[in-house]
Amino acid sequence: MTAAAPTADRLLARVRELLAAHPPATTGRAAFLSARFDAGLAWVHYPEGLGGLGAPRSLQAVVDAELEAAGAPDNDPRRIGIGLGMAAPTILAYGTEEQKRRFLRPLWLGEEVWCQLFSEPGAGSDLAALGTRAVRDGEDDGDWVVDGQKVWTSSAHTARWAILIARTDPALPKHQGITYFLCDMTAPGVEVRPLRQITGEAEFNEVFLTGVRIPDAHRLGEVGQGWAVARTTLMNERVSIGGMRIPREGGMIAPVAAAWRERPELRTPDLHQRLLELWVEAEVARLTGERLRQQLAQGQPGPEGSGMKLTFARLNQEISGLEVELLGEEGLLYEDWTLRRPEIVDFTGRDAGYRYLRAKGNSIEGGTSEILLNIVAERVLGLPAEPRDDKDLAWKDLAR
Amino acid sequence: MSSPAAAPLDLLYSETEEELRTAVRSLLAARCDSAAVLARIEGAEPHDPELWRVLAAGIGAAGLLVPEKLGGQGAGHREAAVVLEELGRAAAPAPYLTSSVLATEILLGCESAESADLLRELAAGRRICVPALPLTLAPGAPLPAPVRDSGAGSLSGSVGSVADAVCADVLLVLADTGLYAVPADAAGVSRTPLVALDLTRPLATVHLDGAAGTRLADPATARAAIAGALLSGAGLLASEQLGIAEWCLTETVAYLRTRHQFNRPLGSFQAIKHRLARLWLDVASARAAARAAADALATGAADAPLTVAVAQAYCSGVAVRAAEECVQLHGGIGMTWEHPAHLYLKRAKADSLALGTAGHHRGLVADFAELAAP
Repeated sequence: MTAAAPTADRLLARVRELLAAHPPATTGRAAFLSARFDAGLAWVHYPEGLGGLGAPRSLQAVVDAELEAAGAPDNDPRRIGIGLGMAAPTILAYGTEEQKRRFLRPLWLGEEVWCQLFSEPGAGSDLAALGTRAVRDGEDDGDWVVDGQKVWTSSAHTARWAILIARTDPALPKHQGITYFLCDMTAPGVEVRPLRQITGEAEFNEVFLTGVRIPDAHRLGEVGQGWAVARTTLMNERVSIGGMRIPREGGMIAPVAAAWRERPELRTPDLHQRLLELWVEAEVARLTGERLRQQLAQGQPGPEGSGMKLTFARLNQEISGLEVELLGEEGLLYEDWTLRRPEIVDFTGRDAGYRYLRAKGNSIEGGTSEILLNIVAERVLGLPAEPRDDKDLAWKDLAR
Repeated sequence: MSSPAAAPLDLLYSETEEELRTAVRSLLAARCDSAAVLARIEGAEPHDPELWRVLAAGIGAAGLLVPEKLGGQGAGHREAAVVLEELGRAAAPAPYLTSSVLATEILLGCESAESADLLRELAAGRRICVPALPLTLAPGAPLPAPVRDSGAGSLSGSVGSVADAVCADVLLVLADTGLYAVPADAAGVSRTPLVALDLTRPLATVHLDGAAGTRLADPATARAAIAGALLSGAGLLASEQLGIAEWCLTETVAYLRTRHQFNRPLGSFQAIKHRLARLWLDVASARAAARAAADALATGAADAPLTVAVAQAYCSGVAVRAAEECVQLHGGIGMTWEHPAHLYLKRAKADSLALGTAGHHRGLVADFAELAAP
């Protein structure tokens, strides 16, 4: 390998070499994914030896498209989304060499599923107020002992590892006393309980941590620097939520438009006007996302990224609400209230009632719409923050 | 799904387009700031001929849609859209949409020697030409036929709500026998100014009483040319609406960062921040919609009529919302004649009627996307 960053042509040549040496038709899934990682084609912008080639991030799309066209197996990104979208970029940014070598490969292969132990019953939008404690047992390189409760943990019931933030110094202001860990979900003291939601499903979990021991080698970043590390995770979370490409009339608008065309008996003038407004807004949202991707591809990321999640949350809720109404008597029914624990969250599948209820979470998960509006107002528009009296106060003295 | 497939669109601005924007913006800053617009709107001549000369001829903006062989810039809708964004940002009283877009597109659709001669004049900025059609005329709507040819090109009739007729040198008149170029000062032509809601785009009623003109096209060609021009005009109007909305957002944010009440900047109150953040989202989305329309028109995309209808259905509302928020969040200051907010509110509201309302364009979306009415 040369030191210069690989070009699109060179990456495509490498993809073809990979496909020639490991024909997807005759190569097992795990073998193919291993070979892809070793060829540096997992995440092209990662360093060599860690699944990448130090190429520009924008070239990943070129590689993905070529592999998809060749029918290559993928690593089921929806099942391991938290690992791919949040744990991996954070480990890459803050991990030791040993941590990167230990964790990135099995993560990418999907052998090890990750979950995220951030939110707590008392700390949601005010995430930095979290109260889960990590106390060191002994001297500088001693184990950490963790006690607390986390909530809204998707994939906890299938995860092998978790990214975890915990309070290591309650005497400091809330943002300063936090440390970031990689937590073994099979360690004694980790208990996962299903959390049933308004859809009837238990797609999330509560996780109780009781005397869980984490070796200091599984700390990510410096002691007390956990908030800075967590911000890397959160930034990547929002990017991965807003960045999906959809075709015209894709996403939530598709089933309601199809129902409109196929079932003329359901049509009313009022529903027609509302459907057209939402169809237009969905098309504009698609174009806005496309414009954002074009800016990213040119290396000039625009602030529109902060907005896509807000837009999709509102549209998903309005469109699915309209769809329930359009269905009339059928809209009074619900498919199935049985408690299930799905491995994959299906936002657009299932019936309209499920979509309506599940979409309520879109404006809460991954940052509430209210918090995101504050972020847009302060970071994009430069408006002043509201006066706050919690920033310099020791965590232990905060009102709870 | 059965709606037309989406073509790949270039939704960004090119370097050339950014250079054009810089040139137009600095001209407008020098000759058309809000104080200058306020000073002119109540006078006899809201348009500034010197501003028009530099914009049209100096920068070459008037000929962006005209091919080079006819003396134009041979550019396209993407570039014209950038000019309109800037004119919208300045609420500039300039006959760009009427002369450089609508009339120009109609003349391009005529493909006659006479229309080519007139295009050369328009592209060079030597003359201003506006279609004698109501500003509310929408793509897809039936064309009105108020003008009769009583024989040998003697035209009679009257057309209301003709934008920029007052400053026009030439009127494009659709009669039952075809399309005519009628000099605005010809015998039998009179223009009665109307008191318009939008002070920056003057309206007039055009009366023809046995006026003579040059015939440019037969009725079928004329109608097709006008239909194409209305589509382009509606698509590019979205960029003007984007510019209006952008000015309103930027000014309001700037004001609320410095205006103190209750011993804090007003912009630090969450109730206000959320309104502005939502407005910013709307403007960012309007930019994508307006760029999509300009690009679809520039490339002659098969689904351009749908993309234009989407842009108009969306951007009209954003411009009005932005202007209304601008007035409201400026408080009492926003209600005064001295502050320019009202110019933008009036322009935004008038624009929401121009070239088809949002409701009309949603109706077009229903046709294109096959979402039939009950």
